[in-house]
Amino acid sequence: MSAEIYKRVRANPRFSELEGKRSRFAYLLTAIVMLTYYGMMMLVAFAPEVLRTPISEGGMLTIGVPIGAAIIIGSWLLTGWFVSRSNGEFDQINNEIIREASK
Amino acid sequence: MNPKHLLGAALLALTGPAALAADAVAATQKQPLNLTAIGMFFVFVVATMGITYWAASRTKSTADFYTAGGGISGFQNGLAIAGDYMSAATLLGLSAMTFSKGLDGFIYAIGFFVGWPVILFLMAERLRNLGKFTFADIASYRLDQGTIRTFAAFGSLTVVCFYLIVQMVGAGQLIKLLFGLDYATAVVVVGVLMVIYVTFGGMIATTWVQIIKACLMLFGGTVLLYLSLGEFGFSLEAVAKKAVDVHKDGIKIMGPGSLMADPVTAVSLSLGLVFGTAGLPHIMMRFFTVPNAKEARKSVFVASGCIGYFFMVVCALGLIAVVIVGTNPDFYEGGNTAGKMIGGGNMPVMHLAKAVGGNLFLGFMSAVAFATILAVVSGLALAGASAIAHDIYARVICKGTASETQEMRVSKIATIGLGVVAVLLGILFEKQNIAFLVGLTFGIAASTNFPILILSMYWKGLTTRGALLGGLVGLVSAVTFVVLSKAVWVVVLGNKEALFPYEQPALFSMPLAFFFTWLFSVTDSSARATTDKAGFDDQYVRSQTGIGAASASAH
Repeated sequence: MSAEIYKRVRANPRFSELEGKRSRFAYLLTAIVMLTYYGMMMLVAFAPEVLRTPISEGGMLTIGVPIGAAIIIGSWLLTGWFVSRSNGEFDQINNEIIREASK
Repeated sequence: MNPKHLLGAALLALTGPAALAADAVAATQKQPLNLTAIGMFFVFVVATMGITYWAASRTKSTADFYTAGGGISGFQNGLAIAGDYMSAATLLGLSAMTFSKGLDGFIYAIGFFVGWPVILFLMAERLRNLGKFTFADIASYRLDQGTIRTFAAFGSLTVVCFYLIVQMVGAGQLIKLLFGLDYATAVVVVGVLMVIYVTFGGMIATTWVQIIKACLMLFGGTVLLYLSLGEFGFSLEAVAKKAVDVHKDGIKIMGPGSLMADPVTAVSLSLGLVFGTAGLPHIMMRFFTVPNAKEARKSVFVASGCIGYFFMVVCALGLIAVVIVGTNPDFYEGGNTAGKMIGGGNMPVMHLAKAVGGNLFLGFMSAVAFATILAVVSGLALAGASAIAHDIYARVICKGTASETQEMRVSKIATIGLGVVAVLLGILFEKQNIAFLVGLTFGIAASTNFPILILSMYWKGLTTRGALLGGLVGLVSAVTFVVLSKAVWVVVLGNKEALFPYEQPALFSMPLAFFFTWLFSVTDSSARATTDKAGFDDQYVRSQTGIGAASASAH
């Protein structure tokens, strides 16, 4: 692939729009996952009794169980969101940029 | 039980919390011959040999061999990645951890899981757009080919060899436990099958072996959960109530305990797991087997779904085993439920399979657990062979002039060579304590491969000198910290006290690697540095748009 086409892509204002949008989205999701996970680890380290609260009065299951499950399922749903937005919205802009550049 | 030893627990086939207290790869006691398990494993081998035969007819070019010609779909690749993650270690180790420590086991599993979304958000797309066959393709994209490609290839090979030893020793111990066969039998069987899969079937066979295993594992886990939860009227609360009643720690198992008490250890461990995984060559190469970035993203979505589901199932099984296995004297030596479990601390889930599904189901689960090791070592051998044949032979030694046929021949010879080395090392290390190898593998991957990879993709200022020297600092510091840690300094070298108090060096060696890569890059004013930086803009466009990326070869 010639360097020419890369130059044309860089000159396209939609390219910086795409990379800006996509990176911000990726960083935001990374931050959400990291903050939830390390937030839970801080609870484990400094306030473990919080996670020992029973879900229901007299029950044995603690809220640690649903919180843990929520982190796993939640971050999986975030990957789903990322994939659908990337494969839809972002890829569409991307394809247009490539089309314009290869003209 | 100390959190420092946990890395080994989830990664090694053999290690569970009980065994970990003493050493991570505990020697196992040979159990009576299990013909059902051997029979089922034989069926698996026959089926995968059929696939290898089919794959061999489709493996013609180097692209077919290294990356299945980019012809694996996102969904299939997702299952294969999940297969790399759902190891015998997660099935046995993680359930054993929940069995003895309760919620702590689950918290540990989450740390092992959260790396996936992050890899997707930051890396999957760029990996696919920049890479062709190997991790070194990306690392050396705009840097000096000879230097960085050689360094990256040796980084890959180091990780591959250490991880192969771990898996080989794991296979040997596991076969004694599950099949009742000899250690050496396992090592030779695994070595021979691995070489056959890879040399004849290349990436196509390796991927399908992994996919089949992943499906069997998901199926087995789900059936086991269904059968065992059925005994409690499908109520997890009912399980928890009984588990609290019978567990020696009582109500404590439902909350965080001693396992994660030290935050420094926990953070270092999760850093090593997350970024070490991102730096494992046999995981990275999976991103090159799909046709484009779209499919690469899909595969991470599928993989995270399967892995997350499997981890939750395994942890639930551990808790159920507290009630069903923990109170049944049949599963304990001398019938004493307070004493030693038959087969060792990693066996709760296997005993559970026997308790609710009988001998046939136990045989099935044993066969699946062993098949797992086979699938992982095949991926490792392929990653190692591509580093030798593609990076070192074709690119560095022949400087791109080697023909396709020559490169293929070298990759097959390399695979056979790796097979021989793996078998010899596996036998050599039988009686050795190799717990430190796990920390070392992930430490090196996280502090050598990962920084070069991420900086070459994200930071324009990275130069050849910075990548090489920074990578060396990462390598040396990771090795040094592990040598000074308990696993080597005390256990292997016999000193009294560890000089480095943590088993996983990532928290310390990663920042060192990043800092020195930065330092040696910004102070680099050579002509090479100018070329390195000038290459970034084009690389960046390619990594973002996929223009110029290797595409799927037509079949």
